[in-house]
Amino acid sequence: MSEAVDIRLAVNGEPVARRVPVRQNLVDFLREELGLTGTRAGCEHGVCGACTVRIDGAIARACLVFAAQLDGAEVVTIEGLSDSGEIADLQAAFHERNALQCGFCTAGILVTAAELLRDNPRPSRSEIRDHLSGNYCRCTGYHAIVDAVEAVARQRSAKGAS
Amino acid sequence: MSEGPLSFVDRPNSYIGRSVPRPNAQRLLQGRGTYVEDIRLPRLVHAAFLRSPYAHARIARLDTAEAVRQPGVVRVATAKDLVGLYTPWVGVLGHMKGLKSAPQHPLAIERACWQGEPVAAVVAESRAAAEDALAHIAVEWEELPAVADPETALAPGAAAAIHAALGDNLAFTRSIDAGAVDDAFARADVVVEDSFAFARHTGVCLETRSILAEFNPADRQLTVHHSSQAPHMMKEIILRHFPLAETGVRVICRDVGGSYGIKIHVYPDEMAVVALSLLLGRPIKFIADRLESFVSDIHARAHRVKGRMAVSKAGEILAVEIDDLTGIGPYSSYPRTSAVEGNQVINLTASWYRCANYRARLRVAFQNKPPMSQYRAVGHPIACAVTEALVDQAARAVALDPAELRRRNLIADDAYPWTSPAGLRFERLSHQRCLARMLELMDYDGLRREQAALRATGVHRGIGLASFVEITNPGPAFYGVGGAPISAQDGCTLRLDPGGSVTCAISVTEQGQGTETVVAQIAASVLGVPLDRVRVVTGDTERTPYGGGTWGSRGTGIGGEAALQAAKALRANILALAGAMLQEAPEALDISDGWITDAASGARRIGLDEVGRAGYFRGDTLPPDVQPELVATRHYQPRDYPFAFTNGIQASWLELDVETGFVTLLKHWVVEDCGTVVNPLLVDEQIRGGVVQGLGGALFEECLYDGEGQLLNGTLADYLVPMAGEMPDIEVAHVATPTATSELGAKGVGEAGTGGAPAAVMNAINDALAPFGARVTEQPATPQRILRALQQRQARMESNELD
Repeated sequence: MSEAVDIRLAVNGEPVARRVPVRQNLVDFLREELGLTGTRAGCEHGVCGACTVRIDGAIARACLVFAAQLDGAEVVTIEGLSDSGEIADLQAAFHERNALQCGFCTAGILVTAAELLRDNPRPSRSEIRDHLSGNYCRCTGYHAIVDAVEAVARQRSAKGAS
Repeated sequence: MSEGPLSFVDRPNSYIGRSVPRPNAQRLLQGRGTYVEDIRLPRLVHAAFLRSPYAHARIARLDTAEAVRQPGVVRVATAKDLVGLYTPWVGVLGHMKGLKSAPQHPLAIERACWQGEPVAAVVAESRAAAEDALAHIAVEWEELPAVADPETALAPGAAAAIHAALGDNLAFTRSIDAGAVDDAFARADVVVEDSFAFARHTGVCLETRSILAEFNPADRQLTVHHSSQAPHMMKEIILRHFPLAETGVRVICRDVGGSYGIKIHVYPDEMAVVALSLLLGRPIKFIADRLESFVSDIHARAHRVKGRMAVSKAGEILAVEIDDLTGIGPYSSYPRTSAVEGNQVINLTASWYRCANYRARLRVAFQNKPPMSQYRAVGHPIACAVTEALVDQAARAVALDPAELRRRNLIADDAYPWTSPAGLRFERLSHQRCLARMLELMDYDGLRREQAALRATGVHRGIGLASFVEITNPGPAFYGVGGAPISAQDGCTLRLDPGGSVTCAISVTEQGQGTETVVAQIAASVLGVPLDRVRVVTGDTERTPYGGGTWGSRGTGIGGEAALQAAKALRANILALAGAMLQEAPEALDISDGWITDAASGARRIGLDEVGRAGYFRGDTLPPDVQPELVATRHYQPRDYPFAFTNGIQASWLELDVETGFVTLLKHWVVEDCGTVVNPLLVDEQIRGGVVQGLGGALFEECLYDGEGQLLNGTLADYLVPMAGEMPDIEVAHVATPTATSELGAKGVGEAGTGGAPAAVMNAINDALAPFGARVTEQPATPQRILRALQQRQARMESNELD
């Protein structure tokens, strides 16, 4: 049966030490062990993007990573991004444009969009669409999501320029 | 129209018609929503199901002894263990004459009838432990012949009846014959015809089906946390099939992660979870995983349609005839049945055109695949795609522009009320205005010129138009009359709280459409309070009035009207109390921005908080004959028409790569008339989301089965859903024809996008293919199917040259 290993990592800036079963994936670890339920499992085979989190600065699918691999890692989830205010403008733009309906995919989309805007501050609509193509949304039709990300890119560069 | 004070819809500070963002979206944006999977309870255990690997097989032996001994296992159950805990269900409705189905059980008894049917359950400390134990259940299967194809299912002598007691595999059949169809075809200048196929696809809610059933044996109280669109219906279903008192069942729906009709049916595994909770007396959670969702969620569509249309040289549609065959799996779904989808196909087809000669036949067949039933836009995409494809073919045959042929045949805007050949009653629609608005919105003539210019350079673009109607605000004749515990009415209770805020409890539900926001907008507008002073409660049978929930595009039209009427009643109560407090006639007072004002001058008199405090805490200051009633409840159900039909038109502009068969969607437009628009932001979102689900079915989504009823693409990596990168921008415009059947005037909008998009995109593909003489009439229109159509055309031309 499952063996366990000890891991120490930082989750949303807080130190965490746990003994985890080797087969436990990161999304279950976050949800079951840490109560961070903002990260959601939509397919558990790495396609839908709902479980997207940030690991050591890059986005990853929490369903495809084992918790046991994360000794020493820094993990940031939607809760951390919300509390730090890092994506407050994205969240506001999503709210204003209703770029979400049921909300199940939303955390993953925000984490992915935040990465896009970090790496490419002025993406075109088609670049936004491409970058978000690993995050499925069944409700919105994507148009409002693209609008919201585009609007934040514009706001941020206006701020940067002023 | 009656003269009188300004309608509540038009009051100066009205929120109606304003694009207000959804207050309840904030928690979802911060990852703080509460879906069923987030709920933890003391002594919670988890269920997993063993499912049939065969489409049809006898269960010769089922041995759970080894599974019971696995770590963490609390209980292993087969059908035998649940005997006596429930009564089986049969998916028929009294008004669907002749519809038959067989009894269904939570776990298969002796025989499994589709790949994915639940056969045994393991309850364990964790889902992982339950899944581990599943592998230790020993089953001996005896495979039986699987009836996968609906034609085979119905062909005499070709296949045995899946349920011997039902005699054959024909679940339901119905025909319509209106006007003089044969005469019309005989005198037609041109007859166009084609065969269409619409694949099975499914809903793929990002949140899979989820249920947590908690039975407390001490007081015989069952609490069900459910990812569902209709909590009151689920309660009623549980009462029908489990030995519980009406006072002993509560169904709660908190955040629901997408549903689109998927989460409105009764599923065996969910009923098993309820039964197991009764058996164990503790909370049990079941969250379907993605793989089992593909074989246990209801599937949708699955139609083969033959259609033909008779036209005069002048482009008048003279007659339409269709024949629809659909396969629904081994059981008709419960309680809505699996016959409504096909029934709507034959009811709706061509109903937006003036043509009075219409004949249709529907056959609904049992087969060994997962049950097919209602999914967003029930029947509409098929009716629309078949009609609009024939219209385009007819236009080509009589050398008229497809927009012009529509203009000549769509029902005139001043012709209402109108009854279609199938008997649908339209109160007032706006097809002609919508068509005109669309041609202007998309610059139709400009696009046609661009298309022609590009064709000369080898770039093949297509334009597709699709007019449509949508069934919304269904009345009791839809389900209730047939004996289903499905309410066509909804109720709203509004309460003024001591601090001047308003608590609203309403029976329509929220799955992300914005129901709660729309209801708050209506209540705040009528009451005269700021929107942030209204708190809306939904999704709880114990805390809301009784009602149907949110499905069938009914949330705003029915729930919204209930809220409007409740707000009028509470407003009158508030003004009565304020009048007593101020010694004024209530008619001399108004409420605005949270204040009691002088109706004539608008001057502020007292705040609503003062009214609330007087009502609840300072009864001593009120005249002795004044009893404050700061709460009001009203219910609403549509009565004048069985449905409030909406209408509209969609257009698709796409580019086709004739070498690869790939379609690039360039732009999509929708002009839609849902009557009063309460919140344009949310309405446009509903339309766009609906369009994309329609585009999914038209281009990508298909549950691929082999001849033995085995699903070949049951993962999200293999089953394609629309992604951001391949979807176009979608421009939405409105024509507003409020329904006169309610004061609010709102009709539904949830399904219009899905109903019309597949037709528009199929017409656009065929428009792009037209120079090659090829046509695609199968959905999804995959690159493979497009290339095949081109090759077949090529082969025909080459063989003609040889002749």
